[in-house]
Amino acid sequence: MLDVRASVIAVSYIVAAVLFIFGLKQLSSPGTARAGNRTAAIGMALALAATLLDRQIVSFWTIAIGTLIGAIVGIYFGRTVQMTAMPQMVALFNGMGGGTAALVSVAEFLRLSRIGDPIGVGEATSIVLGTAIGAISFTGSIIAFGKLQEILPGKPLQFPLQRLVNALILFAVIALGVMVVMSGGTVTLWALFAAALLLGAMFVLPIGGGDMPVVISILNSLTGLAAALTGFVLHNQMLVVAGVLVGASGTLLTLLMSTAMNRSVGNVLFGAFGATSSEAGASASTVGHTVRQTTPEDTAIALAYARSVVIVPGYGLAVAEAQHTVRELATDLEKRGVDVKYAIHPVAGRMPGHMNVLLAEANVPYDQLLEMDQVNGQFPQTDVVLVVGANDVVNPAARDDPSSPIYGMPILDVDRARNIIVLKRSMGHGFAGIDNALFYHEKTRMLFGDARQSLTQVGQALKSA
Amino acid sequence: MSQELVLGIYVFIMAIFVGFEVISRVPSVLHTPLMSGTNAIHGIVVLGAFLVAGSADTPLLNALGFIAVVFGAANVFGGFVVTDRMLEMFKKREAPPAEKKNA
Repeated sequence: MLDVRASVIAVSYIVAAVLFIFGLKQLSSPGTARAGNRTAAIGMALALAATLLDRQIVSFWTIAIGTLIGAIVGIYFGRTVQMTAMPQMVALFNGMGGGTAALVSVAEFLRLSRIGDPIGVGEATSIVLGTAIGAISFTGSIIAFGKLQEILPGKPLQFPLQRLVNALILFAVIALGVMVVMSGGTVTLWALFAAALLLGAMFVLPIGGGDMPVVISILNSLTGLAAALTGFVLHNQMLVVAGVLVGASGTLLTLLMSTAMNRSVGNVLFGAFGATSSEAGASASTVGHTVRQTTPEDTAIALAYARSVVIVPGYGLAVAEAQHTVRELATDLEKRGVDVKYAIHPVAGRMPGHMNVLLAEANVPYDQLLEMDQVNGQFPQTDVVLVVGANDVVNPAARDDPSSPIYGMPILDVDRARNIIVLKRSMGHGFAGIDNALFYHEKTRMLFGDARQSLTQVGQALKSA
Repeated sequence: MSQELVLGIYVFIMAIFVGFEVISRVPSVLHTPLMSGTNAIHGIVVLGAFLVAGSADTPLLNALGFIAVVFGAANVFGGFVVTDRMLEMFKKREAPPAEKKNA
């Protein structure tokens, strides 16, 4: 029988598990999502408080100071991070979780080895998997963070024999893992930890920045799995339940995301997309065509005398933090009687739903945001489409050119509008690393420059137009 | 195989089904907040760090436990705060159309 203390812990864990499940359920529908996050947070508070009652815990100082530091860091960055930098923040926090799981597994192994307890096969396997998966998630997330924060180049990083090297590291991780399970040894476990850290970095490096959302989602579910494995190590059902919930829902989310981008998960992980496709993408459709540039003044005139304008925001808008500028421009246009709408591609930006979050921050009214299916039929009646830093999601090759690597990805049919103005930093490629025939279209005018600067100039010109 | 391990595997498998079932239909606008929310939930692993740090009896274990608690707490607190900030913005723009649609 459980004593009172253990019973309180057990009941708290059960309630916390139910709160997590309800929280997740609420999180997956727009009306209740915010409440869902809080439900989960209450579950978390309950589970953590109950754990402090555990008799195994004899010293509270490390816990108190560590939690305080972690909480300050987490809350500070969580509150101050720019909305545009949300994706990399999620990656970073995810990496922290993975690191925790790995360290917990290693520490438990060291403790068991030291007191000389025999470690069962089940336990040893959990420790090995928890260490390896947690470590992979840790360095993988750090690399993903570096790519999104543009500390590292967003392009796929490749070198000769990369696959062979990665396969060897993976083999080393597996071999070391088997050795730990068979014969133990703390040195072997540390070696496994190091090899897994290396593997995490190596496996994210060759993946392009455009695929980072899917990668972060995969790493997120891996951390969930690692947390569940530490549950087996520590004989703690709470960890198993919560970790697996995240592992499973994260896996489903990964599949949903890659479906939205029309990429298979395998292709994301092992495709090394950008490098191979750049030649294939420069198809005949763009050869011999010229790019027509325009000026902020001409853009302002075109917008001011249009009846309907559709703004297509993309990653460039997020980078330039131009969401407020674009809304000001839209408000000025509306004052002139122009009908302004925003066309939101489901994967525009760096994460699904990224544009919705950014535009909501700039107080763009909800009813002006149109989803892809709603807006595609309206383009033929649209006078001007203003593409702000979007590229692949408006590339007609995805619709028309079966040889294109992004063929089949649903796109916004902006090429069917009467006029198209594209704001872009340069003629550089999008995430897919391929040419975009839209930019050479006779109806298209290009306005080069930083999205926010260009929009500000257009706004000024509009006042005198 | 111990009774406890078997039970753990049961829990593991059941939780997989619950995890899949509970978010089966989620609109794409919520993908990012949902990822962020689940990210915060796996911060539960800090619980394991509590157990390690609270029972550590060597300097090495203490150090490992301490780092694990800091990382895990950053994951939990940061994760929930970021998710809340994302969802706060959804609420702001969700309010006006709700009235319009009802009318």
